[in-house]
Amino acid sequence: MTAAIEFREVSRVFGDVRAVDNVSFAIEPGEFFAMLGPSGSGKTSCLRLVAGFDSPDHGQVLLDGSDVSAVPPYDRNVNTVFQDYALFPHMNVLQNVAYGPRVRGVSLPDREQRAREMLELVQLGAQGERRPAQLSGGQRQRVALARALINQPKVLLLDEPLGALDLKLREEMQIELKGLQRRLGITFVYVTHDQGEALSMADRVAVFNKGRIEQLAAPRELYSRPATAFVARFVGSANVAGAALAKVITGAATPFAIRAENVVVTAEHASTPSTCVGTAGAVVAVQYHGAASRWQVKLDAGEVWSALITEEDALNLAGLAVGARVKLSWPRAAAVTLSS
Amino acid sequence: MSVRAASTFFYRRPNWYLALLLVPPLLWFGTVYLGSLFALLAQSFYKIDDFTAQIVREPTLETYKQVVTQRANVDIVLRTLTMAVAVTIACAIIALPIATYMARYAHGRMKAFFYVGVMLPMWTSYLVKVYAWRLLLAKEGIIAWVFGKLGLLGLLEAALETPGIGGPSLSSSYLGMFIVFVYMWLPFMILPMAAALERVPGSLLQASADLGARPAQTFRNVVLPLAVPGIAAGSVFTFSLTLGDYIIPSVVGAPGYFIGMMVYVQQGTAGNIPLAAAFSVVPIVLIFGYLSIAKRFGAFDAL
Repeated sequence: MTAAIEFREVSRVFGDVRAVDNVSFAIEPGEFFAMLGPSGSGKTSCLRLVAGFDSPDHGQVLLDGSDVSAVPPYDRNVNTVFQDYALFPHMNVLQNVAYGPRVRGVSLPDREQRAREMLELVQLGAQGERRPAQLSGGQRQRVALARALINQPKVLLLDEPLGALDLKLREEMQIELKGLQRRLGITFVYVTHDQGEALSMADRVAVFNKGRIEQLAAPRELYSRPATAFVARFVGSANVAGAALAKVITGAATPFAIRAENVVVTAEHASTPSTCVGTAGAVVAVQYHGAASRWQVKLDAGEVWSALITEEDALNLAGLAVGARVKLSWPRAAAVTLSS
Repeated sequence: MSVRAASTFFYRRPNWYLALLLVPPLLWFGTVYLGSLFALLAQSFYKIDDFTAQIVREPTLETYKQVVTQRANVDIVLRTLTMAVAVTIACAIIALPIATYMARYAHGRMKAFFYVGVMLPMWTSYLVKVYAWRLLLAKEGIIAWVFGKLGLLGLLEAALETPGIGGPSLSSSYLGMFIVFVYMWLPFMILPMAAALERVPGSLLQASADLGARPAQTFRNVVLPLAVPGIAAGSVFTFSLTLGDYIIPSVVGAPGYFIGMMVYVQQGTAGNIPLAAAFSVVPIVLIFGYLSIAKRFGAFDAL
């Protein structure tokens, strides 16, 4: 099967900055693919290369098997939902949605008919006559979605589409977007810096850092088996032991990660089962999150690690306050060996 | 009362504070600015006694009747209006590519260079520029010389023989006057247009291309409509400046009177203040008319 999108050794350089640094990957047709990373990691640059707003300095970008490195955006069967929605302020909602067919020469009645159908799809059927400025953030988001989908693209690019919405709306839209993608069966490429969003929606996630892909995997694997210290920290907020710290804790200089929910807090001199490994430190802070609390502990080796303690387990820790000496321990099997 | 107490007093009474700040400028604006304008308007409802040359201070529409019925006066209005429309259209056409480049493509030093370049002519004396243009446009001037060197003198002569806009030389024709007007007011069109285009987010142009619009379609459907408020603002400048100017028509161009010259002559040598006042109302009326037409065409919808 031909990949919907393929990057072959793609680089994009701005001055001294390698925004995209020799990146290769392929996205399958119908896949929900997330590009995850902090700002400046190269994920949006990759999206721009797919949309055609930018061209690679090296390598090739392939859409549906053909090299599009030199094809302008208006000749690509790809549409984008922009971070700021980019709705045309001088057109009403219906005209915004009908814009794609309009510039492709579809007659007025036909394109308005199609635009109405798209507005129905995103549950905005009654808002056609309004201006974008009169809509709420969530409604604008839906208009942007309808406008991008009306051309029936093979690939839909979404650039942090939910970034401007509040938490509850964001969660609703996540479910809705996922459902829409399943129903339409088109490839979604979703750029985000929110690992929760990437993990909950995507079939596969590419984690970007400094213009490179650190790891490309399904969400479950990414979370349970992070390949690098960066992925462990960014995706799972895991505690990471570099070579030096690992040697102090386990005796072997092999870097590893351990997730906060696998770490147990006990009094400093409590005994550790043989299947577990532990290290001592002092409590720096305890943040209450409802179902669990996050204990920040400064290890004697100097780093601050965290442990996620459920309310039930916290009962045993009554009396341990900030400044108390404690021991962090975890099952050896729960530690994930990192490549570097 | 200490400064602190005064601050507290005004902090608790924002309306007093506002009044304190606004009253002096409003007094200035109300009396000096609008007051003198209304004094002028009031003058236009008087008339001059033909025998005594004294102003008759009784409300009458006699003077306006003179403006709209006497052939010579109507010609002056139409001549000025035609010139203002032509200058505005020419400025808009020349300014659009320049403003688009300045706002959307130029960066850093290039952008600074363009902005300074556009404003630089405004930093020199208006009179110097007008008289310089008279020399440039003269029969023996550099423009005629360049046309001669390029073997295009025939073209220039053909243009000067065109009835209505021609004349013995560029410096004594409406064509020459038009060139000077366009030169003078072009910055007033470029700057608001560039300001309007600067405000268009780049993502709108990307969205247009993304949805399948070729660059020409993006320009027509997105850039131009969003530049329209800037064009409207700029055209109010070029239109009203042309309507009111009396120096350019007196220094460059054909002998026919323009509104500004008429105002100058009537209030000065002729001593006919009511007629001068009535003539100065004409541009105000024309600009109101222009704005209402622009509004009807949706020029301010994107504001």
